[in-house]
Amino acid sequence: MLTLSAELQARIVAHARADHPDEACGVIAGPAGSDRPERFIPMTNAERSPTFYRFDSLEQLRVWREMDDRDEEPVVIYHSHTATGAYPSRTDVSYASEPEAHYVLVSTRDPEQAEFRSFRIVEGVVTEEDVEIIAPGGPGSGGGTRDAGGGRVPAAE
Amino acid sequence: MAIELRIPTILRNYTGGAKTVEGKGSTLAELLSDVDARHGGLRDRLVDGAELRRFVNVYLNDEDVRFLGGLETPVKDGDTVTVLPAVAGGRT
Repeated sequence: MLTLSAELQARIVAHARADHPDEACGVIAGPAGSDRPERFIPMTNAERSPTFYRFDSLEQLRVWREMDDRDEEPVVIYHSHTATGAYPSRTDVSYASEPEAHYVLVSTRDPEQAEFRSFRIVEGVVTEEDVEIIAPGGPGSGGGTRDAGGGRVPAAE
Repeated sequence: MAIELRIPTILRNYTGGAKTVEGKGSTLAELLSDVDARHGGLRDRLVDGAELRRFVNVYLNDEDVRFLGGLETPVKDGDTVTVLPAVAGGRT
């Protein structure tokens, strides 16, 4: 299961909306081994394409070094699909190389409701997982809401 | 002195878990062959025929070797070569 703050979810969706119709992509880093996504890092889609994304290679080197220095890892790797659903494509699966990461897909094909789903991709096998969104106030405040995979996020006001 | 090769998590099963290994050579291709002699199979994960695989990014110090000379990029003692999995995908 992916557990994510409402704020980080909103930032992913906002990035995907901002880059629409091109695919948007990025990382949420967290302390190594914690499985806690904390630091939002939007990345440049070097392809600037509605059908493909690729992290800019030099930006990726800089960001990966920074994570290494801070003892972080990419807990979430996200990207958007702008004309299809939020499910990993064959290309997504063939490139997936972080078995510990949560691969988040956002679909922006519907201008009102973003589709937000999370997957594990290990050795070519895709497994969808639940997404738990922690409302402002954080866990323990009673504000957490659990949202099964396939969640829909309304457009911001 | 030697050349340091930094290995991403996904390929550390070839290096006994080590994050970095050392090797020698005058080009990237020679370095990878040298390292492969001790960590068999690693080279195949990075190279397909005469080219780098599209699934990986390889950097010489701060530069992407695709913009230098690919596998023929000259390397020397004291250099650091970093391998990262390319992060990419698409809708099909």
